[in-house]
Amino acid sequence: MNKKHLRIILLTMGVVLLILGVIRDEAVSVYTKAVKICLECIGIG
Amino acid sequence: MKRRIVQYISALLTNANLNGFIQGRIYQGVSKHVCVPGLNCYSCPAAIGACPLGALQTILASSRYTFSYYVTGTLLLFGVFMGRYVCGWLCPFGLIQELLYKLPSPTWTIPRWAGYIKYAILIVFVLFLPMFLVNNLGMGDPSFCKYICPAGTLEGGIPLLVSHPDLRDAAGTLFLFKLLLLILMIILSIISFRPFCKIICPLGAIYGLFNPISIYRYRVDSEKCIECGKCAQNCKMGVAMYKESNSPECIRCGECRSGCPAEAITTTFKTGNDSIKSTI
Ligand code: SF4
Ligand code: SF4
Ligand code: SF4
Repeated sequence: MNKKHLRIILLTMGVVLLILGVIRDEAVSVYTKAVKICLECIGIG
Repeated sequence: MKRRIVQYISALLTNANLNGFIQGRIYQGVSKHVCVPGLNCYSCPAAIGACPLGALQTILASSRYTFSYYVTGTLLLFGVFMGRYVCGWLCPFGLIQELLYKLPSPTWTIPRWAGYIKYAILIVFVLFLPMFLVNNLGMGDPSFCKYICPAGTLEGGIPLLVSHPDLRDAAGTLFLFKLLLLILMIILSIISFRPFCKIICPLGAIYGLFNPISIYRYRVDSEKCIECGKCAQNCKMGVAMYKESNSPECIRCGECRSGCPAEAITTTFKTGNDSIKSTI
């Protein structure tokens, strides 16, 4: 497989995974974590 | 100079909610559903997007999911388009380290082997521990954020502790440990170029793997290259561009390119295979 094909496969995979992630509400889980103070990040949790 | 301007603009766009520092509150707009390309703590009061490493650990550590399609897809897209161009041009924490390195001081060269540590940190703290070290509800911790990340301490911890007395009261040994790590990282950043990027950062480790295939990449025309080694001398990341044009350590800063007397180093956006003779 040459690099051109690899790029196309990986880009397609990226788009498909991203959409699948949105469908199963992962983006919402990320949002829920990102809008509250993350105690682990700030060194307390 | 052009790169520095892009770095400032990117840092500002990523942290556009500057009011958050005054209010001591973190941003809650819809853009926080989306991961930014660089390492930028989502607990920073100014951040308007999600940190990709934090997001990845959040999903892996939750009891609901075992794998993150969303963040893996995002990282694949950033990686295939740009590789570590993200590090050289877009990441706010890379910029912070570069500014610290401008302070006058003795210098220390980081040994090359230390660059492998970041892959171990990626596997253990970002993937393995959040997935497998779980409580009886099946929930893990974002271990990289919790035990290591100095960006979280600097961008989230310090500003929030300043504005929240209750958080200050809750801060204990873990906070002190992370603060010491941050101080160590600041000292290292003053005496050596981007130590966190070279040794620790799991996000840089991921993007580096894409350097050989990313759509934006470097190439060296072997017919023009006179192998003078100027590019290797100019590179602060320890890369010899003329030997390894797509090293995972290359952050695409362009220093080697502007110093090449033979103008042998070029960049390309071509999606196809490279047609000129090159070291790829
Ligand atoms: S602590 Fe570090 S890795 Fe975690 S979300 Fe913040 S910046 Fe990202
Ligand atoms: S290695 Fe990490 S901290 Fe450094 S520039 Fe890249 S993403 Fe940012
Ligand atoms: S090889 Fe060139 S573009 Fe890559 S990090 Fe070194 S100087 Fe920058």
